[in-house]
Amino acid sequence: MGWRMSTVRVLVGTRKGAFILSADGRRKDWRVEGPLFAGWEIYHLKGSPVDPHRLFASQSTSWFGQMIQRSDDGGATWVAVDNHFLYDGVSGTHQSFDGAPHPWEFTRVWHLEPSLSDPDTVYAGVEDAALFRTSDAGESWHELSGLRRHDTGPQWQPGAGGMCLHTIVQSPIDPARVVVAISAAGAFRTDDAGATWKPINRGLVSEGIPDPDAEVGHCVHHVTMHPSRPDVLFMQKHWDVMRSNDAGDSWFEVSGNLPTDFGFAIDVHAHEPETIYVVPITSDGEHFPPDGALRVYRSRTGGNEWEPLTTGLPQQHCYVNVLRDAMAVDTLEECGVYFGTTGGQIYASADSGDTWTALVRDLPAVLSVEVQTVT
Amino acid sequence: MIRVILPPPLKTLVHVSGEIELDVTGPVSQRTVLDALEHHYPVLVGTIRDSATQRRRPFIRFFACEEDLSHDSPDQPLPHEVEVGREPYVILGAMAGG
Repeated sequence: MGWRMSTVRVLVGTRKGAFILSADGRRKDWRVEGPLFAGWEIYHLKGSPVDPHRLFASQSTSWFGQMIQRSDDGGATWVAVDNHFLYDGVSGTHQSFDGAPHPWEFTRVWHLEPSLSDPDTVYAGVEDAALFRTSDAGESWHELSGLRRHDTGPQWQPGAGGMCLHTIVQSPIDPARVVVAISAAGAFRTDDAGATWKPINRGLVSEGIPDPDAEVGHCVHHVTMHPSRPDVLFMQKHWDVMRSNDAGDSWFEVSGNLPTDFGFAIDVHAHEPETIYVVPITSDGEHFPPDGALRVYRSRTGGNEWEPLTTGLPQQHCYVNVLRDAMAVDTLEECGVYFGTTGGQIYASADSGDTWTALVRDLPAVLSVEVQTVT
Repeated sequence: MIRVILPPPLKTLVHVSGEIELDVTGPVSQRTVLDALEHHYPVLVGTIRDSATQRRRPFIRFFACEEDLSHDSPDQPLPHEVEVGREPYVILGAMAGG
């Protein structure tokens, strides 16, 4: 009866505020709180793995800029912390949409990744692409500028959503190893705690760039990893689902029988490191599911062989998108899978994806979904 | 006493529901009012003016006495009615529909 002592908390960032959905381990009766920070875009909120009651939220609007909020009580109360993301030294330039050099210019925080070991340490991925870190629970932020100063930095250019660092994956066994992904520069890895970085894009092929297998320039949408196998990475690229067995040193395609290999979200089952989930999207020009049918695809073989999961999901007239940070899993014995849509639905499965239920249907467009399993 | 009206998202941020009243020493200009506002509510730093350049954020507007002061010099004196508290200094987000 472990479910009796567990609480599942789903942290939802939307275009117009944050929501917290919570239930006991049965995952049947959900309480919905929010909107928190009503009217503000919440690109991401996430809890500390060390202290699950400590949450961080990225709050922004085009009008009022960037705020960072911290909660120390599971989202009941919040305090605004430092919102100064100043590039280290001379910012230099990257390429603009028209190929002209453009100075690095801060726009917003896309992703917050709390440390696996220290509740006061958090990484922040920002637009224009850079990685920041706080080691005082958000009271001050400092850039890990070795990434932006990489030799290829002047070649990086924005994807349609801006030049954003949107994915941060920490190694659970090596605190000095972090993988990040940037649209549209690609994936990068540090093995020395952020001092130096190397592009890890070998094997990626992108027809949308002049040199399809260039060292940088790939529009990586998301990267994920199972903590028990930190060298195995899964990637949803602009097109193509990819896999690496060597921490990103090389990649190979595992799109297999997917109806389309375009998409944004990708995640791994909590207990089965070879079980992965994607939500195929029609194309880069049509950001909705093929045939108007919302289908999660699951592979139990680490890719290539995929099965559609449709029970409980709309199979006609559905034209929503599922964004890169909008899928997550819980760690209960029967793994729960959750995702949010641009139509404001939060879908959940309490049986590893076999069946789905809408926890809530009419939120603002969902930007991010994270799940905490609190015991 | 200077009366300041914030846009609703910033009222939420500083946990106020109505107008804000500020004491401003010396000349009353947009710069000195905003300096006083940010001094009382540090969380507002960067939300109205760029924290590095002090320039008005692009989608912020400043009104007083039915005039748009957004493009005035920040050091230009504010209208007497604002200085004496008969009229508020209004900070708002630019209209954006769609």
